[in-house]
Amino acid sequence: MSLWEFIATYWPDFLKGTGITAAQFILATMLAIGIALVAGLMKLSHNAVIRGVSVTYIEIFRGTSLLVQLYWIFFVLPLFGVTLDKFTAGFVAVGMNLGAYGAELVRGGIQSVPKGQWEAAYALSMSPAKRMWRIILPQALVNMLPPWGNLLIELLKNTALVSLISVTDLMFVAKQINGSTFLSAQAFGLALIVYYVFARFIVTPFMRWLEGVMRRKLGRA
Amino acid sequence: MEDMSQYPLELTGDDIPMVRFMNVTKRYGKLTVLDRLNLDVATGEMVTVIGPSGSGKTTVLRMLMTLETINEGVIYVDGKPLTHMEKNGTLVPASPKHLRMMRSQIGMCFQHFNLFPHMTALENCMEGPVQVLGMSKAEARKRSEDLLELVGMIEKKDQHPSRLSGGQQQRVAIARALAMRPKVMLFDEVTSALDPEVIGEVTNVIRDLVNKHNLTMLMVTHQMGFAKDISDRICFFFDGSIEEQGAPDALFGNPQRERTQQFLSAVKEAG
Ligand SMILES: Nc1ncnc2c1ncn2[C@@H]1O[C@H](COP(=O)(O)OP(=O)(O)O)[C@@H](O)[C@H]1O
Ligand SMILES: [Mg+2]
Repeated sequence: MSLWEFIATYWPDFLKGTGITAAQFILATMLAIGIALVAGLMKLSHNAVIRGVSVTYIEIFRGTSLLVQLYWIFFVLPLFGVTLDKFTAGFVAVGMNLGAYGAELVRGGIQSVPKGQWEAAYALSMSPAKRMWRIILPQALVNMLPPWGNLLIELLKNTALVSLISVTDLMFVAKQINGSTFLSAQAFGLALIVYYVFARFIVTPFMRWLEGVMRRKLGRA
Repeated sequence: MEDMSQYPLELTGDDIPMVRFMNVTKRYGKLTVLDRLNLDVATGEMVTVIGPSGSGKTTVLRMLMTLETINEGVIYVDGKPLTHMEKNGTLVPASPKHLRMMRSQIGMCFQHFNLFPHMTALENCMEGPVQVLGMSKAEARKRSEDLLELVGMIEKKDQHPSRLSGGQQQRVAIARALAMRPKVMLFDEVTSALDPEVIGEVTNVIRDLVNKHNLTMLMVTHQMGFAKDISDRICFFFDGSIEEQGAPDALFGNPQRERTQQFLSAVKEAG
């Protein structure tokens, strides 16, 4: 069977799987951004306890395998009374994992803003929260967008792991069709192409566009 | 522990200075940068601090802006303690809230301008009034436009800092500080990062402020001619303390101390 015939036959299944992958990607991204922001700010706190919580979180989620984290969240947490359906468990695991990496980007981005910016905002008597939100974070964001682009592509690729807890994403569909038809080259070939197109023709251009917008806001374009 | 009872809870009398440094000592680790500094700046007075690099000039301004804590002594602004606050009848180190409230009376311009790059010139000026003073946008815009007019930057009000020359950025930075209506303005080598041909546009703005407004100002500069022209008083710093101070004519024309003479002749030779 040629790849074209394969697509003609199985495209509805692949489309559904891609939809699930896209949903996992978007939800995990939103969670990762939220966690990265909170953990990144906490890591810069003057309070040792707050900093410790953040460091511990980042260490655990970066230092262990995403697959094991996924299994923990899906299979072990129910033993402690926290039961998540597989779809939720999927994006939560991916989001929490990539959020730990993102936290380092947030911290680095904030630290890359020149000290003079803090001092100018301080000299205007701005409160610490306003200094952060209105002066430092917008500038930090511009500095950290390029590495975030890479991180989101990493995140997209990692969503394939959720097929292991039977979330019916793109990878799950490919495995299922492979199992029933043994057309491995076509099934996994098509999955490969879809992931690649998603990353290179949607995520990357979107991030480039966002960088352009932010640079214009800084008057740097 | 310093005996705080030697410091009044607030200054009283007829002649309260706008700024008073009282026995202020500043250390970085073991290095004593300022040693028991006593300095008054009267309301409306323009005091210029000169001295060799590393003598503590910037530190004096940064302490007043509360960007640096002090190790001993008390700084008063408009008669009220800045670095300290009253608690049970004695002075204790100021809380962040007290510092924020007190420093809103002080504005500062930096050597490297430090404009907010993601905001236009106008937005830079409006930021403090809107976000800190809680002023309406319309009112803050009016005030900011007036100030940009004053510094000759109204035509560039919608430009981002990256589109402005150093001299233009510094003028916007002056307008931004003035928008908070400070009682005291601090200028730390505001022309040092500028090309020689644009220094005049910034010094002219400051000259204007001195002539037309009753602001209290404390300035650090290496522009001796400019300092002589506009200052009421010159303080020569050496190694963390005031070596000599006086009216510009006296200090530049007839310096008494050997170190002052050496410094001034070295500056003259350099250009
Ligand atoms: N953050 C700091 N840590 C340690 N030493 C400092 C710091 N800031 C300034 N100093 C030291 O304090 C002294 C006075 O510095 P400064 O006030 O900047 O001098 P000036 O402005 O007269 O050149 C210098 O010896 C400088 O090295
Ligand atoms: Mg200096």
